Amino acid sequence: MDVLISQSFTGASYGAALLLVALGLALTFGQMGVINMAHGEFLMAGAYTAYLTQQVVTNADISLLLAIPIAFMVAGLLGLLLEFLVISRMYHRPLDTLLVTFGVSLVLQQAAKDLFGAQAVAVEAPSWLDGQIPILGYRYPLSQLFILVLALSCLFGVAALLKYSSFGRQIRATVQNRSLAESAGVSTRRIDRLTFFLGSGLAGIAGVAVTRITATESTMGSEYIVWAFLVVVAGGIGQIKGAVIAAFGLGITRAFLTYYTDGSMAVVLTFLLVVVFLQLRPQGLFAVRTRSLA
Amino acid sequence: MNRRHARLVASTAALAASALVLTACGGSKSSDGDATAAESCVDTSGDSVKIGFLNSMSGPMSISERTVSDALTLGVEQINAAGGVLGKSLDLVQEDGASEPTVFAEKATKLIQSDCVAAVFGGWTSSSRVAMRPVFESLNSILFYPVQYEGLEADRNIFYTGATTNQQIIPALDFLREEKKIKSIFLAGSDYVFPRTANKIIKQYAGEYGIEVVGEEYQPLDQGAWGTAVDKIVKTKPDVIFNTINGDSNVAFLQAYDEKGLDAKSIPIVSVSIAEEEAAAIPVDLTGQMTSWNYYQTVDTPANPAFVEAFKAKFGDDRPTSDPMEAAYTSLWLYKAMVEKAGTFDVDDVIAAADGITYEAPEGTVTVNGENHHIAKTALIGEVQQNKLIKTIWSSGEPIEPDPFLETYDWWDPSKG
Repeated sequence: MDVLISQSFTGASYGAALLLVALGLALTFGQMGVINMAHGEFLMAGAYTAYLTQQVVTNADISLLLAIPIAFMVAGLLGLLLEFLVISRMYHRPLDTLLVTFGVSLVLQQAAKDLFGAQAVAVEAPSWLDGQIPILGYRYPLSQLFILVLALSCLFGVAALLKYSSFGRQIRATVQNRSLAESAGVSTRRIDRLTFFLGSGLAGIAGVAVTRITATESTMGSEYIVWAFLVVVAGGIGQIKGAVIAAFGLGITRAFLTYYTDGSMAVVLTFLLVVVFLQLRPQGLFAVRTRSLA
Repeated sequence: MNRRHARLVASTAALAASALVLTACGGSKSSDGDATAAESCVDTSGDSVKIGFLNSMSGPMSISERTVSDALTLGVEQINAAGGVLGKSLDLVQEDGASEPTVFAEKATKLIQSDCVAAVFGGWTSSSRVAMRPVFESLNSILFYPVQYEGLEADRNIFYTGATTNQQIIPALDFLREEKKIKSIFLAGSDYVFPRTANKIIKQYAGEYGIEVVGEEYQPLDQGAWGTAVDKIVKTKPDVIFNTINGDSNVAFLQAYDEKGLDAKSIPIVSVSIAEEEAAAIPVDLTGQMTSWNYYQTVDTPANPAFVEAFKAKFGDDRPTSDPMEAAYTSLWLYKAMVEKAGTFDVDDVIAAADGITYEAPEGTVTVNGENHHIAKTALIGEVQQNKLIKTIWSSGEPIEPDPFLETYDWWDPSKG
């Protein structure tokens, strides 16, 4: 019983981090169909932003919170730049986009290595994340709770934005029928840019969050990128609710498999399960025919 | 559309996976060099003799290996200032192994055949050493390898100046058993050859001395999902955690350990891959956690203050001196002594002269074992201080004879799991 509880919580923690990383990808990949292999490096940029913020505002209690909006802007602007310089020139050429953004990710990794060194940098934990709260006899770490809350806030924020704001409606209109949206007066180029900004910015927020669970170093993005793509694909492309279920599903599956086998085997088995699942259901958890959101 | 995306991602994942496999296989692929005639081209007729340094100056290992190259450079300067080797000054050729085992093998061939160096100093990962080994054998040259490793190897053309397992892993276990009186132990490691071998030794040791191994957990080197392993640690409450995790995965592990409220007082950790530089990059209070090495910047030996001072004067006050750096520096002085005892730079004569060569190193007295080409060295258990420097709290007292195949330990059976 206590294994069930502890591994559900640990799995939910993995899942929350995955969801946070996959959320931005659900916009850029899921909505726009852009395969951005540099998404993980936007996450890395967010993490280093948290580090730099801490160099300026040395009080870790404040700097981590302060870093969230700054990292959003930094990663978002990087995304905007990438969209403008590279991706906008190769919409509808997914394979080229994949290769080019993979190249960009290597460039960004090397740039980070030159700027900050190959050794990980230390992002100190704020004191209010010290400790655990007991839930059902399990001592749930506050830093995991923080990631969970941040992931859910971003999730509801994005969902509300897409559903209720005019910007969100324009995104959905562009995704569903680009030429019709254009003829209705929506500037689809502008919408593309804004969507990419938002998706990349979310990777920056994820970067701040994962400084609590991962070493902040130049290749940290590669630990998450494949998992994040799996979440979006398994959840059903263009489906945010699918991504939520897939993220927590993968996280919890991995936790239980790690418990009963070991870390390496758990990664293999989880990937294998996803492959089998996609064989049976290539469209993912939720099939979208209209490419709408909810 | 969906299907297409799914395929694309699948192929991406496949690409990534095959890249990983390729990297992993890099270690087993070796270039033997194409010279069948091992005719030496080393020129000893002039005032200087060339030696080669082969360290990763680029790629992920460069952060560690550049420090070794720095320590070696300091050693050459000092040796030349003291009159050189057999009256000839050392002329160094630096090559970049680029963190790739295959590049190490190629550059080793180049150093021996084109640059005609008398000996090569370098390598860090086991895969780089394994890739270079056939090169040094077929071209009959000498490699000095400065990093602690998993043992179970002794090559005629390689001198190992880092610790083998009976000088690092086993002393740490002796310390835990005799001083800390542990009854149970938890093993956490990265998933590759060193942690797997170390843990195999630990499990047999534990079986011999009645210590219970309550858990054994691995994560791939590039993954940091340590939450489940820490849940098991909380549940099994071991007396100590034996940590063979390498690199940045240590950060993820210690964060997962810290956020569950564990610390050195509740369940202490002994680490064999965390030195001064790594400790500084971990945003967790490590005070009181233990390490096992053969050298710390703070060790109190006759030769250490001069070494630390010379290094800092040359490279900066903020640069720590670490175990592999010290082992590399020491290897140069051992080479000098071997050549001078042999009276020649000839490879076969130098190897024949190696047995019993001794040197007052910064880590203490070391002696070359002519049979297995390792060196006798003193094991030191350290404790991380508030300032992240490491203080010695226990020492084996005298140098431990190297025993890479653990032949003197009757509990050891390599065929058992």
